[in-house]
Amino acid sequence: MATPESVITSGTPILRLENIGKTLGGKRILSDISMDVDKGELKVLIGPSGAGKSTLLQCINYLIPPDEGHIRLEGRVVDAARKSDLYAFRQQVGMIFQDFNLFDHLDALNNVSIALRKVRGMSRKAAAERAMAELERVGLANRATLYPAQLSGGQKQRVAIARALAMDPKVMLLDEPTSALDPELVGEVLAVIRDLARGGMTMVMASHQMDFTRALAHEILFMERGSIIERGSPAELLAPGSGTRTADFCSRLTDLCEECS
Amino acid sequence: MFDVDFLVDRVFPQLNAGLWMSVKLIVPSAVFGLLFGVIIGIVRVFGKPWMQRVANAYTALFRGVPLLVQLFILYFGLPNIGIYLEPYAASVLGFILCSAAYNSEYVRGALLSIRQGQLSAAQALGFSTMQTLVSIVVPQAVRRALPGCGNEVVYLIKYSSLAYVITCIELTGEAKVLASRTFRFTEVFLVVGAYYLFLVTVASWLLHKVEERFHIPGFGRPRQ
Repeated sequence: MATPESVITSGTPILRLENIGKTLGGKRILSDISMDVDKGELKVLIGPSGAGKSTLLQCINYLIPPDEGHIRLEGRVVDAARKSDLYAFRQQVGMIFQDFNLFDHLDALNNVSIALRKVRGMSRKAAAERAMAELERVGLANRATLYPAQLSGGQKQRVAIARALAMDPKVMLLDEPTSALDPELVGEVLAVIRDLARGGMTMVMASHQMDFTRALAHEILFMERGSIIERGSPAELLAPGSGTRTADFCSRLTDLCEECS
Repeated sequence: MFDVDFLVDRVFPQLNAGLWMSVKLIVPSAVFGLLFGVIIGIVRVFGKPWMQRVANAYTALFRGVPLLVQLFILYFGLPNIGIYLEPYAASVLGFILCSAAYNSEYVRGALLSIRQGQLSAAQALGFSTMQTLVSIVVPQAVRRALPGCGNEVVYLIKYSSLAYVITCIELTGEAKVLASRTFRFTEVFLVVGAYYLFLVTVASWLLHKVEERFHIPGFGRPRQ
């Protein structure tokens, strides 16, 4: 398993956020967020509801354009004002949403292949082959002809992951990918994400799955009121008696889970 | 009361000619009314602000003025500015404009029902706005709008009878002529009623087939 030390941090980070800020409706949502994400790294955003995790992830691929700061992919600043630049950038940054957002009118195979055909301009046949390979990778080859309405939540999220992977993204952004799932379906999705992490996929993920984070995250970023207030490896931040906000938050999260079960 | 010879010799031949004219009015009006309705509906939701204003004004105008008045303007009014339309052309044009206005409202409702998340997902994959509309939004919206647009086709079949007022003699027009000549209003108009009922039945059946053909799990079940 990869540990923080094993990541090569030399050279340019694959994704760099420089002083990202965002104000929505007069309210400061994000202020002065900076981070470097190196190749193969998994960064996990943690924090209370409303901390700005989701907004930050959507700022990274300009679904919500940031008001301040720059985003660099492999050293190049993204010029979001130029449509062609923006579309090309988004193709390289995969995004997984909390509520899946599959295309309701397409079966699983076409959910994965449509961007290959329409955005990448691949032939129908080549796109279908690639889509099938991605569905196999997430264990859903036998569900290729089913529509979103016929899939379970966990299956939908795995199709969504296959859809993002088919574009060969350099970075994946995951916005609480298991939060909308029934507890018994969380495992199958986390297993897919774990395989990605082990395969060296670069990821930024908002998550409250602490066991998963502890095992796989290279760095935890604790957000509150639009700022990153703590950052460090799971070992540093979650050590018993470390007295960090992160450890405090996570222990309360764990208590809550125990009460529920 | 029913005189079989009268029906066979006079009513059916004359009304069949009218029926054919009605079909020639209805089919192009329905097809282009739907097509323009989809386009106008899309503009009203996703167009630039000035385009939205134009499309909204169009809809308000053509939904707000009685169709008969619109037909009068097209047929009797336009010659004043040098535009002369045949009765048939004026009727079809009027029907398309009116039908498109109503259809745009069904389409607008359907477009607004598409979850915003799917648009975000498409954008995140690198789709342009136009690609998102064409590949993701419209295929879903048209499916959701089909029952409403089908309703509009059924209306159209019946309001096509207004064409005879601007001398495009279709089913109702032929019936009016025949009934006036023979004073057998009851027989003639009962048969006309049956003809319209037949047209509506055929249209409903076709629309049902279309809904079935484009059915996708999760988009509601078509009538069984």
